[in-house]
Amino acid sequence: MSSVGASCPNCGAAIVFRWAQAVQATCDYCRSVLVRHDVALERVGESAIVPLTPSPLQLGTEGTWRGAGFTVIGRLVYAWERGGWSEWHLRLDRDESAWLSDAQAEYVVTSQVTPEAALPGAHGVAPGLALLHRHVRYEVTTVTRAQYVGTEGELPFASWDRAEVTFADLRSATGGFATIDYSEEPPLLFTGEAVELSQLALRNLRTFEGW
Amino acid sequence: MVTRPAAGPRGAGPVKVRGLNCPSCGAAIQLRGFQYTQRVICDSCCAVLDAQDPGYAVIQKFGERMARRTPLIPLGTRGRWKGEPWEVIGFQVRTIAVEGIQYSWHEYLLFNPYLGFRYLTQFDGHWCDVTALRGLPETGSAAGRPVARWRDLEFRAFQTARAVTTFAVGEFPWAVAVGDAVTARDFVSPPLMLSSETTDDEVTWSLGEYVSGARVWEAFNLEDDAPAPQGVYANQPNPVSGRVGARWRTFALLLALLVALFVLRQATAANAVAFSGAYRFTPGTGDTAAFVTEPFALTGGTANVVVRTTATADNSWIFVNYTLINEESGAVFELGREVSYYHGRDSDGAWSEGAREDDARIPAVPAGRWFLRIEPEGPPTGATIDYAVQVRRDAPGALPFGAALVFLLLPPVVVSLRSASFEGKRWAESDYAPASDNDSDGRDD
Repeated sequence: MSSVGASCPNCGAAIVFRWAQAVQATCDYCRSVLVRHDVALERVGESAIVPLTPSPLQLGTEGTWRGAGFTVIGRLVYAWERGGWSEWHLRLDRDESAWLSDAQAEYVVTSQVTPEAALPGAHGVAPGLALLHRHVRYEVTTVTRAQYVGTEGELPFASWDRAEVTFADLRSATGGFATIDYSEEPPLLFTGEAVELSQLALRNLRTFEGW
Repeated sequence: MVTRPAAGPRGAGPVKVRGLNCPSCGAAIQLRGFQYTQRVICDSCCAVLDAQDPGYAVIQKFGERMARRTPLIPLGTRGRWKGEPWEVIGFQVRTIAVEGIQYSWHEYLLFNPYLGFRYLTQFDGHWCDVTALRGLPETGSAAGRPVARWRDLEFRAFQTARAVTTFAVGEFPWAVAVGDAVTARDFVSPPLMLSSETTDDEVTWSLGEYVSGARVWEAFNLEDDAPAPQGVYANQPNPVSGRVGARWRTFALLLALLVALFVLRQATAANAVAFSGAYRFTPGTGDTAAFVTEPFALTGGTANVVVRTTATADNSWIFVNYTLINEESGAVFELGREVSYYHGRDSDGAWSEGAREDDARIPAVPAGRWFLRIEPEGPPTGATIDYAVQVRRDAPGALPFGAALVFLLLPPVVVSLRSASFEGKRWAESDYAPASDNDSDGRDD
């Protein structure tokens, strides 16, 4: 794994990037949110303390998805009116990003794809709406308006200035999963699949008291 | 399964179980679902608390009018289900109203931090093991009824109802509240059931598998016995449908054997004429007097004898009393046979009744020399009737084969009827319970 060294402009702690293309990192010590400009790190704010989530994953968890090894290098935590979930940022061995979403212990791995046609707008998206991508028919099952409530580790984009976002989750008849992310314009499309943790050959998981 | 980790290099340490005191009644509450828990309902006072709020704000107090229910599997019970440890952390009662009658089922929320959540549902002693579906079934219709398809299986629509949470206790990873309502649709393909729950902004699907209460009792090491299931449940497997096909296949095999035996008997039966004679009956004369025939030989061992009476009765009748007598031993067989034939024409056209020929079968007659005593009776007036008597030895008959056929038909017919009755009871509870429901076909194709 290639890593790039730098230090936190706030507290001076070493910031070791696990991924050369990371745009945003969070200092493990002072929780400063750092955005990378070429070689310089700019402190743009401080991350709220990431709510204790009970995910068995953590930064540094390693596993395998679709034959490629990955390391968990970052996390975004979202909250919505009826709960919260984590999007774990995976750095795949072939130097690509993917996301492992953990919502109430239901796990989905997705990666960004280029939409084949214009995606439905944030205001028109509703359960039942269908989307065709690579001959797979996905149907919107959930629309969620969520808030960014915390970040950890390294991300491929800067999230510090974001407050709210709308997501549409879609599913296919064969276990396929897609998400439309309305944080950017035009919106982004991610596709992947629902997984069981046991499929991912995970190492370095968290432990749970009593289990 | 997921292997238990040792703390890693950047390990955040074990996730701790939290405890709190209910802000409403002060009772101690332990959060077994870690931070997954969104809402916790106090076991003592049933206040609904926001588990994500630092002060555990009271969302809802338990309505006094609502009946408190006791879970059959106590909260906190840890069992082994399908090879993995699971802990019961939540319990809710959900109620639907069908034609004005309320039906409630119980849902147990099971948790394992590495595997997530699953549910055990219970209605009238029927249990289902339910997991969230990781995909979207296709819905459509087949034979005029809605169906859902998932993984090459077709599920038939069973019921659509509005399900309301009427009681809850323990922890839930969603913001449960008494009064929560969803549109619940069930599709069945026993022992599986596909269910969807729809709210304004969400459709969730789950897959349930029918399991026995005994299995639940064993998994969670519960005391006494599981309550006996009442009636037939939507996705309860039909206990006999699997046997219907096998019984009919066995029947087909035995039928083939029976036909072969029948053909063999037809081909090999001696069917020899041992005696024949022709006589005349004239009404109003002394022809009603009894007479005896010449002796004749019945050969072979013990075999059947057929006595055939043929008469020219025309809108008339003749009754013949036969006594078959053994010349040496004096053994007798007695039988009385009537030949009558009537015909005519009325407003419906031509009609006829009776026949001019009659066969009487005596099953087992030993070999030897025999003769017949014949005593005819007829109408006192009318036309002359000519009649003939023929005695045949070892004639093949269809009757034993017919009896055997009925006997062979019994098991498959009984099993088919039982299967149909079970399906009838199942669908009687559904939205699709027409009087002429023909879902009796339990044959496994």
